[in-house]
Amino acid sequence: MSDTVALTDRSAPAVLTARNGVLGALSDLFWRKPKLLLFLMLLPPVLWLGIVYLGSLFALLLQSFFSIDEYSGMIKREFTLKTYGELLQPSNLDIMIRTVVMATLVTIASAVVAFPIAYYAARYARGKWKALFYLGIMLPLWSSYLVKIYAWKLILAKEGILNWALAKLHLTGLLEAWLALPIVGGNSLSVSSTGTFIVFVYVWLPFMILPIQASLERIPVSLIEASADLGASPTRSFWNVIFPLALPGVAAGSIFTFSLTLGDYIIPKIIGTSHLFIGQAVYAHQGTAGNIPLAAAFTVVPIVVMGLYLWMAKRMGAFDAI
Amino acid sequence: MIAAVSFENVSRHFGSVKAVDSVDLEVQPGEFFAMLGPSGSGKTTCLRLIAGFEHPTAGAISIFGERAEGVPPYRRNVNTVFQDYALFPHMNVLDNVAYGLKVKGVSKTERIRTAEDALALVRLPGYGTRKPGQLSGGQRQRVALARALINRPKVLLLDEPLGALDLKLRENMQEELKALQKSLGITFIFVTHDQGEALSMADRVAVFNDGRIMQVGTPQDIYTRPASRFVADFVGSSNVVPPDFVKRHCQRDGWGSLRPEAIRVSTQANGTGIPARVVSVSYIGAATRLGLDAEGLRLHATVPAGVTVPERGADVVLSFGANALHVMEADA
Repeated sequence: MSDTVALTDRSAPAVLTARNGVLGALSDLFWRKPKLLLFLMLLPPVLWLGIVYLGSLFALLLQSFFSIDEYSGMIKREFTLKTYGELLQPSNLDIMIRTVVMATLVTIASAVVAFPIAYYAARYARGKWKALFYLGIMLPLWSSYLVKIYAWKLILAKEGILNWALAKLHLTGLLEAWLALPIVGGNSLSVSSTGTFIVFVYVWLPFMILPIQASLERIPVSLIEASADLGASPTRSFWNVIFPLALPGVAAGSIFTFSLTLGDYIIPKIIGTSHLFIGQAVYAHQGTAGNIPLAAAFTVVPIVVMGLYLWMAKRMGAFDAI
Repeated sequence: MIAAVSFENVSRHFGSVKAVDSVDLEVQPGEFFAMLGPSGSGKTTCLRLIAGFEHPTAGAISIFGERAEGVPPYRRNVNTVFQDYALFPHMNVLDNVAYGLKVKGVSKTERIRTAEDALALVRLPGYGTRKPGQLSGGQRQRVALARALINRPKVLLLDEPLGALDLKLRENMQEELKALQKSLGITFIFVTHDQGEALSMADRVAVFNDGRIMQVGTPQDIYTRPASRFVADFVGSSNVVPPDFVKRHCQRDGWGSLRPEAIRVSTQANGTGIPARVVSVSYIGAATRLGLDAEGLRLHATVPAGVTVPERGADVVLSFGANALHVMEADA
């Protein structure tokens, strides 16, 4: 048959000659020793994380075991638990509890708000709607964090658009009743804990939506169909199948929202009451007060809380479906 | 007698795609019914229409005499064995099997007992505490079967249930499934693209193509008396011969179907029959399959083991019995 002739070349060698030059030799070397390539690729990030990042973290931890001399204001480089004793004073405990409660509430609210959006994106959005979803989620992240927070200050202010809208809807009374409450209330939303909470939820929401969406997308449709097939109503299918399988995503998202809230000092400084959060305390102690050991001790709190949080999440089976 | 499943003029269109196009179908209670067809022929959509995952664009579906349109899957006493098994990865085997009872509100002790019985039925006793990820493909298949049977469905739907298994396992499961169906007496409807599987397991077979049913009948009917060229071609690699060939050899009109095993191949050049040349020879174990060029027509013949096999390029003479040539309706 004549058409096979063109595809047959009896003079062709079975082994082709190597590519010339250093690049050719390198390609062959890496092909024979793939672990060498992996090693070379991982070396820079491991050095960065290991020395620069973890190293400075340990330096920080070390600082928290030093103390400050009350008279001279100098750091005494001797091992002591005095700074931790200071950390556990009622006024500091107050800061920690406020921050952890806020982080918890922000995380729960973010998960509740994020889930339906993520569910829609994972299950229904296709083509250009999916692109629009990603754009909608990511777009706020492209603009400056500070600009967004100041924008929220204007929105939540007494003369802001929210008050104006509520007045038009004749709901000003409702807002005033809420603001009259202790702890969550204040003069206006922009100087209340409620305001801080709203802005935290807004700013961290993308970090909750994206992991949940990724985990929902990995659930095969046939599992949901199987649940319905076996007699489960949509509500039961949600709690028995969808939610447990999306839990790793919720856990990943909550790690972001929880830790970001624990460490943030700008949002509570611009929007909210004069009560401090951990981030603000760190900022104050390492700045004007010059109390680096106490600032370091404060920084240890979010690390410990996050460790506890992850341990609890693991015990509750949040990572079983990974 | 009320049909287990009946389709009256059922269509399911996705935009301009007619996945299922005016299908009429009756499956009898206790029957092992196969839906056979190439991919995209509408057989899986039909199964999903019975399960309730899809709803018909037109027509009426009844399950044991009750109208099923608009009834969600969770209110149908019909269960499915999914192609990918769809076992819940976060539950162990026992919880997977007991799931149908759990959502029904059956007490924990009773559902554990029933689920263990179901696991014994599919010959997986003691596997309850494992996770689906720790099982082999064949074991997962059995778990999916046990899970689908636990609600004692009126109809069990199986979507390519053996597709992911290797040959040996598939043959074993074919026999087991058939025995299970006979002992339980439940109506089984199963979808497959494997004609051998459909013929060996089913009481009746519906052959699908382009969203329509081409023929419904017993495996013998479908195999020996295909109604159309498509069925003859799709079921068992028959030789489809054109009308002029049929006219010449049995003086009738229409396309014909000639089974490869019905053709006798003689190496004696002086024999009577159709002269042909051997184009290809493939050894398939129990027989040898020959590709033949007969009067410009491409035919296949199988020569059973033990008979002398002609070589490639040999001249042979073909003959077949008078009723081996099945004449189909004169279709396009």
